[in-house]
Amino acid sequence: MLDEIFSPQFVQLSLPPILIGALAAIACALPGNFLVLRRQALIGDAISHVVLPGIVVAFLLTGRVSTWPMMIGATVAALVAAILIEAIRRVGRMEPGAAMGVVFTALFAFGVLLLEQSGSRNVHLDVEHALYGNLESLIWLDANGWGSLFDARALAGLPPELPRLAIVAALIATATALFWRPLAISTFDESYAQSIGLPTRLIAFALVAAAAVAAVAAFEAVGSIIVIAMFVCPPAAARLMTDRLGAQVAWSLLFAVISAVAGYVIAGYGPLWFGLPDAVSAAGMIATISGVILAAACLWGPRRLGAGSAA
Amino acid sequence: MTATATAREGVFASDPDSRPGPLVVSGLTVSYGRAPALIGVDLAIAPGSMTAIVGPNGAGKSTLLKAVIGVAPVVAGDIRVFGETLARVRDRVAYVPQRASVDWDFPARVIDVVTMGLYRELGPFGFVRRRHREAAMAHLDRVGMADFAQRQIGQLSGGQQQRVFLARALAQKADLYLLDEPLAGVDAATERAVVAVLHGLRAEGACIVAVHHDLATLRDYFDHVALINRRLVAQGPTAETLTAENLQRTYGGLLAGTQIGRIEIAYAARER
Ligand SMILES: Nc1ncnc2c1ncn2[C@@H]1O[C@H](COP(=O)(O)OP(=O)(O)OP(=O)(O)O)[C@@H](O)[C@H]1O
Ligand SMILES: [Mg+2]
Repeated sequence: MLDEIFSPQFVQLSLPPILIGALAAIACALPGNFLVLRRQALIGDAISHVVLPGIVVAFLLTGRVSTWPMMIGATVAALVAAILIEAIRRVGRMEPGAAMGVVFTALFAFGVLLLEQSGSRNVHLDVEHALYGNLESLIWLDANGWGSLFDARALAGLPPELPRLAIVAALIATATALFWRPLAISTFDESYAQSIGLPTRLIAFALVAAAAVAAVAAFEAVGSIIVIAMFVCPPAAARLMTDRLGAQVAWSLLFAVISAVAGYVIAGYGPLWFGLPDAVSAAGMIATISGVILAAACLWGPRRLGAGSAA
Repeated sequence: MTATATAREGVFASDPDSRPGPLVVSGLTVSYGRAPALIGVDLAIAPGSMTAIVGPNGAGKSTLLKAVIGVAPVVAGDIRVFGETLARVRDRVAYVPQRASVDWDFPARVIDVVTMGLYRELGPFGFVRRRHREAAMAHLDRVGMADFAQRQIGQLSGGQQQRVFLARALAQKADLYLLDEPLAGVDAATERAVVAVLHGLRAEGACIVAVHHDLATLRDYFDHVALINRRLVAQGPTAETLTAENLQRTYGGLLAGTQIGRIEIAYAARER
């Protein structure tokens, strides 16, 4: 294993996907903590469904498959969905789960119809890609060892998903740190937050918007299965480790990174260790590991229901 | 005495000699979409008073407090806090919601919840320093909860949770306290502790408005009362306002005549 880490192939083939996976996991797990505490965890699921019509519309408008228009289209679709969910919840007096169900099924169906009608079917937008992403293909051909990390020319050849996700993760982390206190107070007690003058609706919307941006940025690189898993599993597992919000967020980031790294390594090298011929899907394995961590936290977490000093 | 007459008497803001009343509500109508929850309520809270909001379930008591802090859908009417709109005097008002309104499973300790009360002081970005922690502990101590500072909030009894909410409100160092059923479901000892804190605040010059359900203790705890059932039925000093007739009008058939009679007899006996 150690020799593998020091080989040029590791830096070329494994380092970028591991970093991209970890950054995607961090970007999703951060807002996921607050969404789970607000009982809105399903919103990750909703967003990854509505990304489809956004991408198709972006394709129809620009006529080509390029990243930025599609990212923008997907983000707009996610924001529209977030607004629709909120509107249906308030006007129709529906519980959030039902409102999300209505919105994401309808928008996903709309996306499928658009795709069929527009002839953009030939575009490479297949289900498998959407689910599992293409983590394994995000390689860094210009690298020839760890030294390439300090070589500007080699760095220019990095897969673009890496800097993109790094920026998104950094932005979300900065915003979370900056607005920590208002976010925490309004998540815990919305009417109290309003009574001290916090703009609770704006905060709620900004949170969903951050989740949408994280989901869209991660979606293309790692697929929706990781996005959905990372919104829920690391935060839920972290809640069972501690009774403090700050510590919960820290645990969730640790779990997210462990899932991404261990998931990728086990998917890539695990079958070899067991003498099996093929590697398994990294995205599937990363999501699985996050689920395993959650299960372990349910069984042994110090703050699980009925554990320790719990009343 | 009619409701409007009492309301007018109490409009301190219109009296040029005195400072503006802590809370003056006029013509307040609130609706969540169907039938209005409050209709044309006029209310004036006297400075330095402790007023009970009394009425049956669904009468709009919580709605009234929520309208004051600006979170209920106000259809018509005007609310003045210390003679100003709420936005200008927000830091002089502290609100304690009904206990059931939050998720007690939230990952926060007692001390974290009390520290939320320091938001005005800390702002969104300020660091919690030693003096903030000490202030939070002092407020916890005042409600007798200092020993529980490190507990997760879900691991408290109902009465203890209520006291933590009260400590958070104390941390705001407000001049007007709005409390939604601070004495609901607490034992006798806790009730005495909470009432002592509230009377202490009143002695310091603060004004207290609390939703209260127990008619038997009303006279002992509160100097003023406002009877509400979607409309204002009556308001004024407790002794004069808490009459059998007003209670009958507030609760209608809900409160049996004998029950009111028994409360009256109990009060009469105590006063003798
Ligand atoms: N968020 C809301 N949406 C719709 N209707 C509401 C909402 N909050 C309160 N109501 C309705 O408004 C009316 C008044 O409610 P409110 O909570 O003010 O009553 P209350 O006097 O505090 O009752 P209780 O003694 O049970 O606490 C009720 O009929 C209630 O159903
Ligand atoms: Mg109420």
